[in-house]
Amino acid sequence: MAAALRHPKVWIFGICLFPLARLVFLGGSGGLGANPIEFITHSTGTWTLAGLMVTLSVTPLRRLTGRAELIRYRRMLGLFTFFYACLHFVTYVWLDQFFDPAAIAKDIVKRPFITIGFAAFVLLVPLAATSTRAMMRRLGRRWQQLHRLVYLVAILGVIHYTWLVKKDLTQPLIYGAVLALLMIMRLPWGVMLLQSVRSRFVPARF
Amino acid sequence: MLIRKPGDILPSDITPPEIYRERRRFMQGMGVLAAGAVLGATRDARAGAKLAGVRASAYKLDEERTSFKDATTYNNFYEFGTGKADPAASAGSLKTRPWTVTVEGEVGRPRTYDIEELLKLAPLEERVYRLRCVEGWSMVIPWVGFPMHEIIRRAAPTGNARYVEFVTLNDPRQIPGLRSHVLDWPYVEGLRMDEAMHPLTLLAVGMYGEVLPNQNGAPIRLVVPWKYGFKSAKSIVRIRFVEKQPLTAWMRATPSEYGFYSNVNPEVDHPRWSQAKERRIGEFFKRDTLIFNGYGSQVAQMYRGMDLKKYF
Repeated sequence: MAAALRHPKVWIFGICLFPLARLVFLGGSGGLGANPIEFITHSTGTWTLAGLMVTLSVTPLRRLTGRAELIRYRRMLGLFTFFYACLHFVTYVWLDQFFDPAAIAKDIVKRPFITIGFAAFVLLVPLAATSTRAMMRRLGRRWQQLHRLVYLVAILGVIHYTWLVKKDLTQPLIYGAVLALLMIMRLPWGVMLLQSVRSRFVPARF
Repeated sequence: MLIRKPGDILPSDITPPEIYRERRRFMQGMGVLAAGAVLGATRDARAGAKLAGVRASAYKLDEERTSFKDATTYNNFYEFGTGKADPAASAGSLKTRPWTVTVEGEVGRPRTYDIEELLKLAPLEERVYRLRCVEGWSMVIPWVGFPMHEIIRRAAPTGNARYVEFVTLNDPRQIPGLRSHVLDWPYVEGLRMDEAMHPLTLLAVGMYGEVLPNQNGAPIRLVVPWKYGFKSAKSIVRIRFVEKQPLTAWMRATPSEYGFYSNVNPEVDHPRWSQAKERRIGEFFKRDTLIFNGYGSQVAQMYRGMDLKKYF
């Protein structure tokens, strides 16, 4: 038990469950407000976006700190992101539309923000499905090519958020800015910047 | 729509019991203070204070009222933030006394009313109306107020008065949210003259038998039950009679999404979401949205011959 607690993965797992635990707690104590379904929809959506940003920050963080082992936590972060995306999707299909296939189909076709959000969710499925070690081995180089889809998913996620808000774009723009930063850090120029910062401030570890 | 004959309603019928009891305790606690204030004998302006002399009206609904808590904690009042809980959290900074409402423009008798005069302008009556938000949720709220036509009649509009414009308070010292430019302040709304004159159109000063809470648009707001909620301007300081159709705050912000009429209509979708259904706050399943929010038999004739998709 004590040994397990020393493992960072256990801690990360626990932290990643916080958004769900919070919803369960608020639901049990009547804290979801006047419109609980809207609250759950927004909350799971927001945490999906946050999960995408955290997952995408692993590589820049690795370059910045030189800690290659950070990559070991990326899969778990990615899968938790998918987990919250599933909750978000289920909330929409079940609580919001109540399994009305006609209404859902109409929504996906007619509402651009639903179209985009649905596309982002669909694109996440193959990424989650190929997250096992066996699939990585089987796909080889193509695994990485496939998983570059996550950039598209993140962009679609931010657009989905931007198009659904009535007027106040503050929150979507914050996610957009974070995503832009994370993308810039992947360009050759950004990679060089991260490495120069690292060599200046982080003592080399041998 | 079902309109029942006015009957005697007890305050306990219209107020959820937890609120009623809470208010009782509040009133008991206030007893000592009230005894001291009785010489001053001014009306208590604070939210939560009971409004005296409110008559029942024929405008009742056979639908369950939204709880007082939900109706006062889940609000759209962008001047106090764009989150639903923001107005309840931050509208305390709004000062509702002293307060004046200026009636001006194309009228024979322009004047500035003190809010205390407005409270005595016409008998206050309770009216239970549906409220449908453009975002797809709805409530049932017992408002207290008087018909808008009471003010219009006294103002004696000229022949040029074809529209009425409503302007919300624009004072960043009291309303910090005005410093953010979510909308072009001040908040402006408008009605066509016949809409403003319509007997359903209400100027509300209270809800649930009490003084209007700040987050619900104190001290005086418009209630137009067959239109989406944003048409019902809150915390009004100016009522202006004009010849040309006013440019409302939402039309200015997003003309493709918000039109002047904004009548509740399940067949005319918002460009980005469907208006066919709504979630009644407090209910689990969505319900079908009614044309003109269920007030069609009273208001549809005003729009006869108009293409409601064009004049959305």
